[in-house]
Amino acid sequence: MTTAIQHREDLTVSSSPPARPAGADPAPPGRRLRAPGRALGVGVVGLWLSVIVLLPLAALTVASLEQGLAGSWEAVTSPAALAALRTTLLVSAVVALVNSVMGTLIAWVLVRDHFPGQPIINALIDLPFALPTIVASIVLLSLYGPNSPIGVQLNATRWGLIVALAFVTLPFVVRSVQPVLIELEREVEEAAASLGASASTTFRRVVLPTLAPAIISGTGLAFARAVGEYGSVVLIGGNLPRETQVVSQYIQQQIEIDRPVNAAAVSVALLSVSFLTLFVLRLWGSRSQRRQERTS
Amino acid sequence: MITVSSARKNYGDFLALDDVELEIPSGSLTALLGPSGSGKSTLLRAIAGLETLDAGVVCIAGVDVSREPPQRRGIGFVFQHYAAFRHMTVRDNVAFGLTIRRRPKAEVRRKVDELLEIVGLDGLQHRYPAQLSGGQRQRMALARALAVDPQVLLLDEPFGALDATVRADLRQWLRRLHDEVHVTTVLVTHDQQEALDVADRIAVLNKGRIEQVGDPVSLYERPANDFVMSFLGSVARLAGHLVRPHDIVLDRDLAVVQRDDARAPSSPGVVSAAIERVVRLGFEVRVELRANTGERFAAQITRAEADRQRFVAGETVHARATRPLDATDTDPSLAI
Repeated sequence: MTTAIQHREDLTVSSSPPARPAGADPAPPGRRLRAPGRALGVGVVGLWLSVIVLLPLAALTVASLEQGLAGSWEAVTSPAALAALRTTLLVSAVVALVNSVMGTLIAWVLVRDHFPGQPIINALIDLPFALPTIVASIVLLSLYGPNSPIGVQLNATRWGLIVALAFVTLPFVVRSVQPVLIELEREVEEAAASLGASASTTFRRVVLPTLAPAIISGTGLAFARAVGEYGSVVLIGGNLPRETQVVSQYIQQQIEIDRPVNAAAVSVALLSVSFLTLFVLRLWGSRSQRRQERTS
Repeated sequence: MITVSSARKNYGDFLALDDVELEIPSGSLTALLGPSGSGKSTLLRAIAGLETLDAGVVCIAGVDVSREPPQRRGIGFVFQHYAAFRHMTVRDNVAFGLTIRRRPKAEVRRKVDELLEIVGLDGLQHRYPAQLSGGQRQRMALARALAVDPQVLLLDEPFGALDATVRADLRQWLRRLHDEVHVTTVLVTHDQQEALDVADRIAVLNKGRIEQVGDPVSLYERPANDFVMSFLGSVARLAGHLVRPHDIVLDRDLAVVQRDDARAPSSPGVVSAAIERVVRLGFEVRVELRANTGERFAAQITRAEADRQRFVAGETVHARATRPLDATDTDPSLAI
C-alpha cells in the first residue's frame, strides 16, 4: 500500500516539469487520482510503439549488421546504392520544396477565397491518401507515358518521379497549414495594414512567420513520405539505375537478387536520413511554435 | 478633426450605417456608444479604411480619405482582441510601424523605449505577447498604434476582453494618456459607464443612425429621446414620467415627499407604492416598489437615507420624481 502511494508520488513529481521534493507539496486530489491513469497510458503507448515501430526497426538494424559494420558500410557506399540514395534525396527535396509553396497557396485559396465547387476541391485534396499509389502510377503513366495523349512524356525521367511524388504528398502541407490559417485572425493583418504595411509586407512579416511551424512540419512529412515512396514511382520512374532508380526500388532489387543484408543496410541508411530530417524540422518548427503559444 | 458625411453601408439586407453625419473635433476623446448591431464598429472601421462605405465621405484633417487604403490614412487602430503579432517580442511589435518605414535603428529604439515607458511596459520589451496579461497586451497594442504618430487613434472596444477591475483601471489610464498626448481619439464601446467615464464627447448610435451627440452630462441629463435616455442609465417610470432611479424621493410621511425644496424641485404627483424588496449594493441601496396602479419601478437611495428610514419589504411609502427626464421636456436643439 505504502509503496503504491510512494510510486504514484514519484510519478506525479517526475512528470511535472518543475521538480518538487516528493511529499513536500502534496499533489491536489484530482492529480493523484489521475496518476494511475497516466501510468496506464504511458504503458500502453510504450507497448504499442515497441510492437509496431521499435521492434521491427531493431530487427532491421540487426539484420543489416549480419556481415559486420564494414559489410553494411560497403553495401551502403556501393556506387549503385549511393546513386539511388542521391536520386531519392534530390527528388524528395525538390518535391518537398514545391509542396511547401504550392501546399501553402492551395491552403490559402481554400481558406480565404470562396468560389463555387470549393467543398469538392477541398475533398479532392485528400484523394492521394485514399488512392492505392500503384493506381496513381498507372494513371500518370497513361497520361505522361510513351503514348501520352497530351504529348508530354515524362516516363523514365526524374521529372516523372517528381510529378508522381508531388501527387502522393500533396495533402501534407495543405492539411497542416489549413487549420492554422483558419485560426489566424484577420485583425492581425488589419493591424499591420493600419500601421502602414502593404499586403506583401504583411504577408512576409506577419502571416508567413505565423504559418511557418505548420509549413515546416507539413514539408517534413511530405519529404519523409517521398523518401520512402515505392508504388507511385514504380511504373513512371522506369527504374533506371543511376538515373531514376530510387532507394525503395534498389532495395527491392537487392531482395530479388537474394542480398537481404544489403537491402537491410541501405534501409537503415535511408531510415537514419529520414529520421534526422524529421527530427531537425520538428525541432525548428517547435521552437517557433513555442513563442506563439499562449502560456495562460 | 474627423468629418463623416452621408455615410451609408449595407451588409446584404442589413443597413449598418444609415446616412450618418458626424464631426469629431481635434484633440477630443469621443466615444461611439450603442448596442451591438448599432453600426458603431462599422463607423469606426470606415474611418480607418478597414471597411469601404457604399456612399459617403470621410475626411481626416480636412483631407478626403474616402478612397485611401488604411495604410495612407494616418491612423492608429486598436482592436478588442489585441491583434498582437505573436511571433514578435513586445519591442518588435511596437517597432513594427517604424521598421517597415525603414527608420534609422537608433530613432526606432529611442521612440520604442519612450512609448514602452509611457504605457508602463518598460522592462518587458523582450517578452512575447503570450507572456503578457490581457491588460498588458492591450497597452502594447496602444503603444504600437501610437508609434507611427497617427493623426487619429481609433479604439474598437479596447477593454471588452478584459475583466472588470482591469477594465476600470485601464480606462482611467487611457484618459490620463489622452490628456498627455492629445491625439484625437475615437473609442467604440457598448458600455455607457465606460463612455461616461473616459469620453469628453459621446455619440449615441442605434440601428445605423446617430441619435444624439454631446458631452456626457448633457446626454445623461437631457437625453434627446427615449432610446438615449434608457441606454445611458437605468430609468424608472413613475406616474407616467420617466425618471432616473436616484431622482426619486421615498418617505413614509406624505408631507416630506411633497415638500418642494432645492433638493426636490417641483415635479409631478406623488405615488404611493408598496416596497417589494430592499437590496443593498455597497454604497447605495435599491428599493423595488410596486405602485398602487400596479406599475413596478425601482428607486435608488443612499445608504445613509436607508439607515435613517429602515424600509422593510411589505410596507407602503410615498414616492415622487424630483427630476423627471421625459424626452418631450428636453431641449430639442440637442437632437441631431
